[in-house]
Amino acid sequence: MSDASTAPDQTGPLTTADGKPLKAALAAAQAHRTRRAFYLVAPLLLFVVITFLAPIGQMLTMSVNNSGFYSWQNRDNGETIPLMVELRDWFDATPAGTEPDEAAYAALVAGLSHAKEIKAAGQIGTRINYDVSRSRSLFTKTARKAPKLEPPYKDAVLDVDEDWGNPRLWGAMRNASKAFTIDFYLSALDRTRDDAGNIVKIDEERAVYLLLFKRTLIMSALITFLTLLLGFPIAHLLAILPLRHSNLLMIFVLLPFWTSLLVRTTSWIVLLQSQGVVNDLWVSLGIISDEGRLQMIYNQTGTIIAMTHILLPFMVLPLYSVMRPIDPSYVRAARSLGATSWTAFRRIYMPQTIPGIGAGGLLVFILSVGYYITPALVGGSTGQLISNLIAFHMQNSLNWSLAAALASLLLFCVLLLYWLYDRLIGIDNLKLG
Amino acid sequence: MKKTLILTTALTGFAFAAGAEEITVMSWGGAYAKSQIEGYHKPFTEKTGVKVISVDADNPATPIKAQVEAGNVTIDVVDVEYPDAVRLCDEGLLEEIDPSILPPGADGTPAAEDFLDGAISDCLVTTIVFSTLYGYDSTKFEGDAPSTIADLFDLEKFPGKRGMRKAPKTTLEMALMADGVAPADVYELLETDEGVDRAFAKLDTIKDDVVWWEAGAQPPQLLADGEVVMTTAYNGRLFNAAIGEGQPFVMVYDGQVMDYDGYAIPKGAPNKERALEFLVFATETEQLAEQAKWISYGPARKSSAPFVGLYQDGKTEMGPHMPTSPENLEGALTTDYEFWVDYNTELSERFNAWLAK
Repeated sequence: MSDASTAPDQTGPLTTADGKPLKAALAAAQAHRTRRAFYLVAPLLLFVVITFLAPIGQMLTMSVNNSGFYSWQNRDNGETIPLMVELRDWFDATPAGTEPDEAAYAALVAGLSHAKEIKAAGQIGTRINYDVSRSRSLFTKTARKAPKLEPPYKDAVLDVDEDWGNPRLWGAMRNASKAFTIDFYLSALDRTRDDAGNIVKIDEERAVYLLLFKRTLIMSALITFLTLLLGFPIAHLLAILPLRHSNLLMIFVLLPFWTSLLVRTTSWIVLLQSQGVVNDLWVSLGIISDEGRLQMIYNQTGTIIAMTHILLPFMVLPLYSVMRPIDPSYVRAARSLGATSWTAFRRIYMPQTIPGIGAGGLLVFILSVGYYITPALVGGSTGQLISNLIAFHMQNSLNWSLAAALASLLLFCVLLLYWLYDRLIGIDNLKLG
Repeated sequence: MKKTLILTTALTGFAFAAGAEEITVMSWGGAYAKSQIEGYHKPFTEKTGVKVISVDADNPATPIKAQVEAGNVTIDVVDVEYPDAVRLCDEGLLEEIDPSILPPGADGTPAAEDFLDGAISDCLVTTIVFSTLYGYDSTKFEGDAPSTIADLFDLEKFPGKRGMRKAPKTTLEMALMADGVAPADVYELLETDEGVDRAFAKLDTIKDDVVWWEAGAQPPQLLADGEVVMTTAYNGRLFNAAIGEGQPFVMVYDGQVMDYDGYAIPKGAPNKERALEFLVFATETEQLAEQAKWISYGPARKSSAPFVGLYQDGKTEMGPHMPTSPENLEGALTTDYEFWVDYNTELSERFNAWLAK
């Protein structure tokens, strides 16, 4: 008991020696400890927030950011200037699909004159160009002439370029007139909006993202399965061998793991290309003819072989860590009770390795869904994954909003799988090492 | 402890102050960056005492966009391709350059006329003309050797795998030229659906025999490995392999597609004054010619041509290896930047979709 209880004739609440109520003193001490614990994890928390949560938040914001037509940022002083205000008002006042009238063209000319003044016409044109080709030069050209145009504006604008009468262009401008949009997600799902603003499928010959999402998921599943098929016996061997031998084998597993990814990928090119080591060997052994050299790289086969090899350690290590502590006497007991070796494996051994299979499978799958450099180097045209198109939009088309939308969809896919895994097998069953 | 901290901080500050006389230039690395270091960086440091730090990127346009948008610019001068410069300029990510600061050529021609057509844009001063052309391994063909752009697409006459750039730009143009379209009509045709269909139909005829490349270093490697018998490539890279390393590669200038590339200054460059000074210095007649001694990219000023001499090996005349030299210009096409800035999105989508199927 506390010191306070020693005081005679105590009728009020218990207090500590210095007269504070015991309850408050305890709470204070508890809070102090919690605070101290918090200070200890604070650096890690801050690290996670800065390097993980903030970029993901930024990506999600970028994926709905539609500012190209909406506002312009002055890089010299950081000021944000709204764009095309009059035209946006007109869009707000009219329903989708409205034929642009004189007022609309007047608003367009006012917006373009303003854009020319602050040199933002190119930015506006670039944004509309995502949806309608040739818009960029149309906007810059018309903006140059806009300040000199005189009413009636409709005729004047159509006189500059008759493409302004294109309803698709007006539909695209209407879609771009909101500061935030889900349209980049629509593009990422091979969808677009028609003139009236309804969501429709994109032309067959331009549709590519859904195909690649599907291909990415199927190839990742296949690679996961292959690593399991190859990794399971290796991990089992490592687990049952005496430590002396298994350590040596372990080094064989880890050595490639420590080698640069690029080195391993280019080594596969050297091995698999049509004038490469494997083909040369087969030709010299007479298995295939010189003309019949196999194409094993710059296609899906190459991507699958290289990625399976590169990701194998991520399957072997969790499996090994789960198999090592499994007591061999369970299997022996099953055998002595009359089970065949297959039954003993299936009913006794395998169930105990499920946490390792789950962890390895999830790890390999999630890594391969986002794999980029290996498919870029050995994938050719059919071995590309969705990450290669994300890179394309980051580096080449500079359409970062679309890249962000594609990346976010990929993230949702992985989260969904993670949730499914949790429901089916349970995340508590995961053993990563 | 506190004292040490203050001292080191002061020292770092001092180091920064002392290092103020340096600029950072971002380029593409490899043989190209080397030619710039020899042609521009070293002479500039010699002349002004300002140190030039060279930084490499796969495509400098990407990090520049990121840096300027994040408001944390560390690069003073950046080497970008012309269409990227137009796009970045449109988005307000590059400083505009007043063309009047460029000095006249060595022969007195005003800069505006001395530079090739369109080589000076709002934000970019072109330094080089490079071309995408195709080359072949001469040991693979006995007798008849490829000589026209049509041969690149002729699997019957010249069987074997081809290397091609994994992008619609230059690939579609070459397909149309191989299909018999005159260089002057290529872009007009590509603006129509029929033209695009025709280009893809031509590409379909060789699709199964194409190895696609992305980085400029890949095609010479593919040729050297025997993985392909002919491949499109940047002319400087093939030149480097053929002349620099003595590989048996032959370049075919028919159907080459020429591009501009040059210097720009990112918005908010830390040493803008010095950056401008460097840009003006590098784009002078002699300096452009100096770079051309290190790599076979044509100088953007007409007045530079007489100054281009021998390659660094001391015996190869550079003139005939320039994409801009008169005998190479026959059947050549100059990229239409307006076209690609306008149509890149749509054609890339279609190209990516075509490729993935």
